[in-house]
Amino acid sequence: MKADQRDVLTGVYYIDGDVASGYGALAAGCKFIAGYPITPSTEAAEAFARIAPKGGAMFIQMEDELASISAIVGAAWAGAKTMTITSGPGYSLMMETIGYGAMLETPFVLLNIQRGGPSTGVPTKTGQADMMQARWGSHGDYELIAIAPDSPQELFDHTIKAFNLAEKYRCPVMIMADECVGHMTEKVVIPRAEEIELEPRRWYTGPPDEYIPFKPDEDLVPKMVKAGSGHKLFISGRLHDERGYPVDNEHFELKYVRRLIDKIMCNKDKIIELKEEQLDDADVVVVSYGISSRVAVRGIEMAREKGIKVGNLRLITVWPFPDERITELAKKVKAFVVPEINYGQVVFDVARCCHGNANVVLVPHGGAGVHMPDDICDAILLGAKEERKIEKVIEFKTQLEKLVFKGGSKLKE
Amino acid sequence: MAEVRFAGYGGQGIIRSGIIAGKAAAIYDNKYATMSQSFGPEARGGACSSQLVVSESKVLYPYVTDVDVLFAMSQEGYDKFEPGLSENGILLVDEDMVKHKSPRGNIKVYSIPATRFAEELGRKIVANVIMLGFFTAITEIVTYEGMKKALPGSVPEKALELNMTAFDRGFEYGKELLKKKNG
Repeated sequence: MKADQRDVLTGVYYIDGDVASGYGALAAGCKFIAGYPITPSTEAAEAFARIAPKGGAMFIQMEDELASISAIVGAAWAGAKTMTITSGPGYSLMMETIGYGAMLETPFVLLNIQRGGPSTGVPTKTGQADMMQARWGSHGDYELIAIAPDSPQELFDHTIKAFNLAEKYRCPVMIMADECVGHMTEKVVIPRAEEIELEPRRWYTGPPDEYIPFKPDEDLVPKMVKAGSGHKLFISGRLHDERGYPVDNEHFELKYVRRLIDKIMCNKDKIIELKEEQLDDADVVVVSYGISSRVAVRGIEMAREKGIKVGNLRLITVWPFPDERITELAKKVKAFVVPEINYGQVVFDVARCCHGNANVVLVPHGGAGVHMPDDICDAILLGAKEERKIEKVIEFKTQLEKLVFKGGSKLKE
Repeated sequence: MAEVRFAGYGGQGIIRSGIIAGKAAAIYDNKYATMSQSFGPEARGGACSSQLVVSESKVLYPYVTDVDVLFAMSQEGYDKFEPGLSENGILLVDEDMVKHKSPRGNIKVYSIPATRFAEELGRKIVANVIMLGFFTAITEIVTYEGMKKALPGSVPEKALELNMTAFDRGFEYGKELLKKKNG
């Protein structure tokens, strides 16, 4: 189905990534956002609140983040496409209900404009240290989808993509942006409504008496109805059978929780989006996501000017992770270089998938800034030069690290 | 590629200046332009800045590293960001607001009484737009036409005419200054 004309602010804009995401949400048919203001994500909520009435949508500022995410889960079951917006401590507060949403197979989008942490951290500066929290933050076994935009244009495009994935797989979808792209102002082109393809909700259309809430289709995803529309509907966070009734034995745990994982993992090929450049004869491959993948392109260019055969693998979707692709490349390349704005998160998934076949170099950055392309270039040179197999992740020393610890007071060597 | 730092204090329209110049470059001059604003506790009433990178190709590193042009509208802004200005850079100052030191290296300094001109036009608030006109004339990073197209929609509708006049005032002053300097 195509986007509704009333929801799409067709035109060419010079706006920041937060605002672009707010516009993207409305274009995707989002009718309800509940949120609690937190830097650096607030502009996205404000942008949506300003334009919401145009598309018959609504923004509610809730009393806190727990209420915000609970409200959008409720609104999703009332039939709306929904999103919440947060950052830093607000993201931590939402963790319990992300799992609740996954257990109830509720389609919703969560925009996290990552900031420096931990705790209050650096509210006005960037970070990418919530990546593992996105995947494992709520208790129990489940899978969800996370995508990482690198520009305001992508924050518009990927917000629509996130809504489409949420509807298709009936799961929470995280937009793992960061302060740098959220507060970056660039040209954003919003196409005409008829150029925007939207995934409709998987409505159940059969006889109301025969509706079974958690009976999956062939792709393992069940159909949905609006709560209160006359169907028998029993939904709770309790382990349940297909009817939604509580069950508590290992047989059902295997059957129903396993499906929450499998509906994502068995459809991985359709979900995962990668951008690959010059991988065919590469000795070194840079694996990165979000703003780091954008800065990495400059580092890659610099290394190529020095004659290094280096390829680029950008994770547009970070979760689910492209295990098979990394494993396949590991057999052919000498090293992977992974720049991320944290002290090592996604890098360990790269290492896991290498099975010892290639070296892995982490280019860490503590946050409040982005990598210098020179560091990424030097890390690529290091990966290309190392002939031995190193049985741990190699931590590259950045210029910033050398500057800060020039007195030799670094704790870990 | 050109890197510009806009610096002043909160309320002068420093962020807005970055947005208007970036919009002109990205939308009307068909270049790539990435604008980032500096947030932080210091931005509340004190020093305030935005940074703009304009390029013929996609901007990969979003922040300024070796500033080509410093657009300074306050003493604090000048003091804080002058060390980041390239040795071959251009310093633009509102001369009523900034007392600058004798320039380092090959830095070229251009001064304009932007706030005074704005007061003459009846609204002190348009000083940043006078500076933008001056910036356009001196640096040629953005075009005159692009800037005149970028102003509508970027300033309050009822003050558009005043802003257009203010922009021209700064632009003409810049052109005359260049003529004088180049003999």
